Amino acid sequence: MKLYGKYFMIHLKSIMQYKTSFLLSCLGQFLVSFNLFLGIYFMFRRFSQVEGFTYSEVLLCCGITLLEFSLAEAFARGFDTFGSIISHGEFDRILVRPRNEIFQVLASRIELSRLGRVLQAVVMFVYGINASHVRWTFQKAAVVMLMLLGGAVVFSGFFVIYASICFFTIEGLEFMNIFTDGAREYGKYPVSIYGKKVLQLCTFVIPYALIQYYPLLYLLDRGKAYYALLPLAACLFMIPCLALWKIGVRHYVSSGS
Amino acid sequence: MKKYIAFFRLRFSMGLQYRAAALAGISTQFFWGAMEILMFRAFYRTNPDAFPMTLRATCAYVWLQQAFLALFVTWVLEHEIFDAILNGNIAYELCRPISIYNMWFSRNLAQRFSGALLRCVPILLVAAFLPAPYGLMAPAGLLNFFLFFLTLLLGVGVTVAFCMLVYMLCFFTISPMGLRIVTVSMVEFFSGGVIPLPFLPDGVREVVELLPFASMQNVPLRIYSGDLQGKDMLRPLLLQIFWLCLLVAVGKILDALAMKKITVQGG
Amino acid sequence: MITMQNVCKTYKVSKRDAGFSSAFKALFHKEYELIHALDGVSFTISDGEMVGYIGPNGAGKSSTIKILSGILTPEEGICLVNGLTPWKNRIEHVKNIGVVFGQRTQLWWDVPVLDSFELLKEIYRIDEHVYRRNLEQLTDMLGLSELLRTPTRQLSLGQRMRCEIAASLLHDPQILFLDEPTIGLDAVSKLAVRDFILKLNAEKKTTVILTTHDMQDIEALTSRIILIGKGHILLDGSLADIKEGFESADEGLASFYRIHDL
Repeated sequence: MKLYGKYFMIHLKSIMQYKTSFLLSCLGQFLVSFNLFLGIYFMFRRFSQVEGFTYSEVLLCCGITLLEFSLAEAFARGFDTFGSIISHGEFDRILVRPRNEIFQVLASRIELSRLGRVLQAVVMFVYGINASHVRWTFQKAAVVMLMLLGGAVVFSGFFVIYASICFFTIEGLEFMNIFTDGAREYGKYPVSIYGKKVLQLCTFVIPYALIQYYPLLYLLDRGKAYYALLPLAACLFMIPCLALWKIGVRHYVSSGS
Repeated sequence: MKKYIAFFRLRFSMGLQYRAAALAGISTQFFWGAMEILMFRAFYRTNPDAFPMTLRATCAYVWLQQAFLALFVTWVLEHEIFDAILNGNIAYELCRPISIYNMWFSRNLAQRFSGALLRCVPILLVAAFLPAPYGLMAPAGLLNFFLFFLTLLLGVGVTVAFCMLVYMLCFFTISPMGLRIVTVSMVEFFSGGVIPLPFLPDGVREVVELLPFASMQNVPLRIYSGDLQGKDMLRPLLLQIFWLCLLVAVGKILDALAMKKITVQGG
Repeated sequence: MITMQNVCKTYKVSKRDAGFSSAFKALFHKEYELIHALDGVSFTISDGEMVGYIGPNGAGKSSTIKILSGILTPEEGICLVNGLTPWKNRIEHVKNIGVVFGQRTQLWWDVPVLDSFELLKEIYRIDEHVYRRNLEQLTDMLGLSELLRTPTRQLSLGQRMRCEIAASLLHDPQILFLDEPTIGLDAVSKLAVRDFILKLNAEKKTTVILTTHDMQDIEALTSRIILIGKGHILLDGSLADIKEGFESADEGLASFYRIHDL
């Protein structure tokens, strides 16, 4: 933990060397998510609800998903840019150090410019909370925390998968965007609006609904009690991801590519 | 003219080399399109009366948008150009016997068309075979089909001309990144990249439709499906021509100013 | 003590002809070519020795260094470094080694060198007083006092290399791998680096394994040379063995390469 703090300070110092560029990329992140918001806003100028969800409920959902994503992105960014870590030979350097390699990759990129997106997410989230008439209890606040945790874990899981594939090939990885950027983009609406099949897929194959749709229903008093704990179940998703990572490292160590 | 075609061929063969990337791109875009359509379907089911286009036309809009994504995106604003300006490699470009504006214009066009050519066919094919109303419908008529191509070309022209303005402005600012960030998100929204412009409230839409951004993908994608029909097609077409001429003219002026500035400063 | 016994490493390299049809075929069926990077490599290096590990490009030098530093697993053979098998006890093993990759940097680009050092202190869990002592010594020996507060990106290549070497030695490794440490350096920096390595070896008895193409490095530093070509050890001896009968070490080496068709 102390070491992570050190890494964090170094990132901070590096960023301070380029203040304008940092602020600009924050702004960029903000504007990109702002388009997301505009899309929702104007759709709801026309429609009062979608598949039973109102404007403020969608905003709440969107805010939480964005927060989940930006948390994962801020801390697991090293995996997202892993292709370049490998091709620059930085991974060799990581292997000759007496620390867990996952930790080192995690700490090697900490993307603070994602603050712009976090800010946007927080604003939408707060507005959603205020407007959605959720009756807040201690349990519900805890569920939101669980959602953030589970969401960050699931998104990080996909970053880890992405990185693991980099050990084998770096061609054509664009399709992984479906699971990261795609999930962020379309996670703005509760998963159920995309239809039953998508919901099933996001429940049993990839656990997006567990960190978004089901706990959201719980927050809105429409779901069963156990929905509140589903984000924890979603964390199990990390296990196969880490297994894949291990296979990737073994491949790297035996092929040296 | 020959040298511009040479650029185009170079770009195209470069694009062809990355087949895996193209394949991945196609599947990503296909996914994107599908999700977008599912989203619009949800709104349509909830309240069909509030839907400003037909569902078929909306789906056609989404598929064409995905198929021709490479033609209209702004975020391909070429890194090499920005870098060349920043690190001074621009000097090489200035040594070549063509105007920077024309060269970059053709390079940008080449990049877009080569990217789109590779990707559009599979997406259009698959989308055409999806069941109605979710698939890509046949064009609304012969005239619409013809005008679709014409306005598509004009739209790409406007997009590139706009990008050129951004490039040229980079000569006058130290931090092109900010400019890029702001323009990219702005263009994305106002051109109908986030939601099709008819979904905007009437007052807002009327203003937005006059902006140059509406002369990009908005026009061809709506003409194809017949969302714009008959003499409604004339005004956007004229607007496209107007904006294309204006943007190119301003770009050329900026180009001349920038060259003067560079030669005065000595790079 | 380092021992390698009959170590073999083979790479699978997919090959593909140019052209669209063969590219298409490659989607379904890949052909591989086996390349024997190391083919029965054996040697022993005792503590405190300085060894030059040389050979033409692609001979297997970097594969050996990678195996010794735990980055690469061989198919066959035994490799022990201070009693540990590098790829099996990687984390334990790398505490005892320092690695300098001449063409890459381990320092953070935008922050003062000292910050990178402080981070390494945490990574290697170096005791405060050991760290202080080593930092002082290294600063002194490499003349870093002016450089520590400078961001890495503002250092010249020679200055940076000195800092890189210091960074690899903060945790008192018993073995130091230097992969082309003098590449691209000017004469003054080269001499400073060589000088330091000699002193280090004399004072701390650090084992040094050095790969380089610069025969002057070898002449200045090492009495023992291991020469590898096409995955085999071709010579394990002294510089004199190569130089014999030639004007310079470079000529001797070139002729040696020619004879063995490398």
